[in-house]
Amino acid sequence: MILRTSLLFTSLILPGLGQVQAAINVFTCEPEWAALAKELGGDQLEIYSATTALQDPHHIQARPSLIAKARRADLLICTGAELETGWLPLLLRKAGNARIQAGQAGHFLAAEHVDMLEVPDTLDRSLGDVHASGNPHIHTDPRNIARVASQLHQRLIEIDPDHTDIYEKRYEALDRDWQSAINEWSKQASMVNGADVVVHHDYWSYLIGWLGLNKLATLEPVPGVSPSTRHLSQVKKLLKNKKVAMIIDTNYMNDRPVRWLAEQTNLPVVTLPSTVDYQGGETLHQWFDNLVELIQEPVK
Amino acid sequence: MNTLEFRTAFISACAFSLLITTAHSSAETHDINKTLEEYDKRLQSLESRDAQHVTAGGADTTFNPAISVILDGVFASYKNDPQGYNLSGFALGGEAGLPPEGFSLGHSELVFSSNIDDKFFGQFTFAVAEHNNETEVELEEAFFETLALGGGFNLRGGRFYSAIGYLNQQHNHAWDFYDAPLVYRGLFGDQYFDDGFRLSFIAPTDLFVEIGAEAFAGRQYPAGGEHSGVGSWTVFTNIGGDIGVSQSWLAGLSYWSADDIQREYGGHAHSAATVEVPLFTGDSRIVGANAVYKWAPDGNYREQNVKLQFEYFDRDEQGDITLLNSSPLESSTLDSRQSGWYLQGAWMFVRNWRVGIRYDLLDSDNLGSDIAVLDEAGLVSNGHAPERVSVMAEWIPSEYSRIRLQFNRDDSYQQPDNQVYLQYTFSMGSHGAHIF
Repeated sequence: MILRTSLLFTSLILPGLGQVQAAINVFTCEPEWAALAKELGGDQLEIYSATTALQDPHHIQARPSLIAKARRADLLICTGAELETGWLPLLLRKAGNARIQAGQAGHFLAAEHVDMLEVPDTLDRSLGDVHASGNPHIHTDPRNIARVASQLHQRLIEIDPDHTDIYEKRYEALDRDWQSAINEWSKQASMVNGADVVVHHDYWSYLIGWLGLNKLATLEPVPGVSPSTRHLSQVKKLLKNKKVAMIIDTNYMNDRPVRWLAEQTNLPVVTLPSTVDYQGGETLHQWFDNLVELIQEPVK
Repeated sequence: MNTLEFRTAFISACAFSLLITTAHSSAETHDINKTLEEYDKRLQSLESRDAQHVTAGGADTTFNPAISVILDGVFASYKNDPQGYNLSGFALGGEAGLPPEGFSLGHSELVFSSNIDDKFFGQFTFAVAEHNNETEVELEEAFFETLALGGGFNLRGGRFYSAIGYLNQQHNHAWDFYDAPLVYRGLFGDQYFDDGFRLSFIAPTDLFVEIGAEAFAGRQYPAGGEHSGVGSWTVFTNIGGDIGVSQSWLAGLSYWSADDIQREYGGHAHSAATVEVPLFTGDSRIVGANAVYKWAPDGNYREQNVKLQFEYFDRDEQGDITLLNSSPLESSTLDSRQSGWYLQGAWMFVRNWRVGIRYDLLDSDNLGSDIAVLDEAGLVSNGHAPERVSVMAEWIPSEYSRIRLQFNRDDSYQQPDNQVYLQYTFSMGSHGAHIF
């Protein structure tokens, strides 16, 4: 009875509210998907990104503003692969929004559309913050962006069939540009191919795979756990007599362990921006330009 | 359900969850494989409904249902005898009281939760706690919640924590201090849950605006007694939002009402033979207000953050107090006004380390036809306003473990007490939610 009354109430007051805005409301968990949606949908989409490039997407809270945004979303775009496991399930439950629940067209998880790296054989918390589906930082390989774009543009058409032409056209243009950009970046970065590197957190595994870098060590003993002095000393010992090109850090992480190792070993540090600064107006293209530029610096 | 049945159910549930967890590391036992296969099948049938929109890399499908176990234990040390604890002007009931001196288990919990189908979510929580040297198993939560009502509506039904206060809705292992604020101890017996329904609505605005109402059976403390219909009910509203990228806030108002209450307080013995139990019969109203503010540089909670929290409650009660088992039966009318608030702050100054401070203050004004009876019931404050200052420090090696040291300077009653708690909280199984 209460259920029926509330449904009646919903159907009476909501159509008016829904029609105020013609644009499709898009809620993304990470800025890379906001930037990609912007490329694919342009002004057809009203996009909100729950996180910025300066935030660790594992450690977000289901705060009131996010619930309010998720409440109105027509399409939710997240990475998946348990990256948002601490807050996305809670947001979905609190939002009272049937359109974006798992299984609905308005629920899009990027990690479902790419091949995952570092899928663990065993799930044991003593191995740190392991993700059953594999390393979730898939956006650091531009070829993954292309794969997700292909699926995402189809999802946009499914949700907003009236503007199929626009989405088709924008996708074709993006895909063309993106393929030539990937070729260009690969060519530019060919000088780091095969270079030995050390990373702080296993954030860049997809980038490392794409550019053919060779990861010698990770500063975190297991994912998500800050390195102890003992572990750092072990890494230092391991790097002795090796020709290491650089230490790769991620901008949102505390840089103390990296600074310590750099001082001890005189190795150059490259701090890469974790993702596109969507809120600051950066595009995915500009972000990858920047990554490719930064990663070559130590070997120039 | 009696305690024995509960215990059996609990043990089998434990065994079951153990099976699921160990299955990942050594998938050898035939039984385990069978169980897993059944889960796989269920998962597949859920997913195959719409082959295009699989949730393989999804949020919460690793365990189905998600199972988590919270291990909680404390080492307590007091200056005064914890058995003699009372709260001036507040009769204690529910879970209120101090843990015994020395080592004891706190609230260990077993939680099952899952999307039931595409329309409903369900959660089931057992808590195991020690009361008077007896291990008790309590059903803390057993509720369903709608996922697909849409339009910002959520309907919840079953047993759950009321939305009457900010802290009340959180499991106590998620609290920033070991013990409940004094106002929660005095009014709710630490925490308030009951069986009933909640309907809530979130407005389609950029500002978070939530309004809701709950209807309960009215059997649980601080209500009580049998009611054929709605025994107690609440209405509440919360608003919240962000200030820039680094700050967030939430503020709420709530109202609780219960009529024809029959509430028994925790009894106390005069001699070994007779135990006089104060019984309150009458009507009760509570008004609550709360505010929470959080700050993290660039909104990145991992490395550093600050949390400020304030709650205020005011209770108005009219009725009678009877001392059960007294002879001749003693009773008094009661016109009671009780209120209290706390303010606390917690600061994670570097990853894995957190410190906090809390201040509690209560006030009461209880009148009746026979002050001696009210005094027996613990409702006479003699002008003493309970007050407490707490400080704590936490080491949080990962999201799944926490060691906490807490010190209270407690003026709950006339003799000030020094209280020290060393507490561990470990969580196993599915990943916990990052609540605001």
